[in-house]
Amino acid sequence: MEWRFDSGAAIYAQMVARIKEAIASGALAPGARLPAVRELALEAGVNPNTAQRALAELEREGLIYAVRTSGRFVTEDEGAIETVRRELADARAEGFITAMAALGYTGDGLEAFLKDYIRKKEE
Amino acid sequence: MAVLTCRGLTKKFGSTVALDGVDITVEPGRVVGLLGPNGSGKTTLIKLANGLLTPGAGEILIDGKKPGVETKRMVSYLPERACLPDWMTAEGLMGFYSDFYADFDRDAAAGILSRLSIEGKQKIKHMSKGTREKVQLIMVMSRRAKLYLLDEPIGGVDPAARDLILDTIISNYNPEASVVISTHLIADVEKVLDDVIFISHGKIMLAAPADDVREQRGKSVDEVFREVFRC
Repeated sequence: MEWRFDSGAAIYAQMVARIKEAIASGALAPGARLPAVRELALEAGVNPNTAQRALAELEREGLIYAVRTSGRFVTEDEGAIETVRRELADARAEGFITAMAALGYTGDGLEAFLKDYIRKKEE
Repeated sequence: MAVLTCRGLTKKFGSTVALDGVDITVEPGRVVGLLGPNGSGKTTLIKLANGLLTPGAGEILIDGKKPGVETKRMVSYLPERACLPDWMTAEGLMGFYSDFYADFDRDAAAGILSRLSIEGKQKIKHMSKGTREKVQLIMVMSRRAKLYLLDEPIGGVDPAARDLILDTIISNYNPEASVVISTHLIADVEKVLDDVIFISHGKIMLAAPADDVREQRGKSVDEVFREVFRC
């Protein structure tokens, strides 16, 4: 995973978001092993406390689980993964709808535009 | 117990007030950025922690003790300017550090030197300025100390060496030990910091976890710094 951080948000929160994204997209498969805190810290170039905090947060949200002595793994609970995928999709849809509204596309107009756009894309 | 505590710490040089009633606590396992413009008191604070200066008023404690022989065992210090005996070779220097510091991990130091292709037989005076700085940092970070005080560790080195320094700090991380990095090049160190301390004209302007600063202000620590210290 390549790590880049933007200015505005806590670094641990950005790490949580990136890992969630990887879980939702399947880049991190259910049951996949996550790097250890120190490895993750080195990979992302962040402080180990920050990496630890990100993993703890994902654990709290039930997206990863720890097995004593062998490490942390991505949840195999398809329901939980679906929920994250949905959350991310909602957030993206929200952003898209807001941006389109600024251009004057709302409600039925937006729907018609989308249908038309998808049809053209498929041709 | 806090690794470093300052209470009402004050230091004057003639009529110049270098530190003015500074209160700081550094807990174990934290990487702390001591951030401030030139002349804000960063180096004075670090020198006081090393017992190179004595407080005018207030106190500074390392692991509950006043700076002295006891605390020098626990504190690994990277001065602002490289001050290595330049007639020595890198290998000789490792022997020197092993003799002086019981906590010096010679294998770790040799490992990093060879990874950076720094010749053990090369004399320090024949090294470039950047290489000298790297060698000194490697020596400092290869001690298993309780407190690392790094005064401007990234000032004179190239970006690749900067990454090495940060990697060394991360991989050296130990929940018992703390690292204080003084710098004005914040963007480069921001990602590795737990806490930030902003210092200006000898006074603490802000002391908080780095992630809290970013979250509350919606800006990077670097951007907040530029705002607070706008010229």
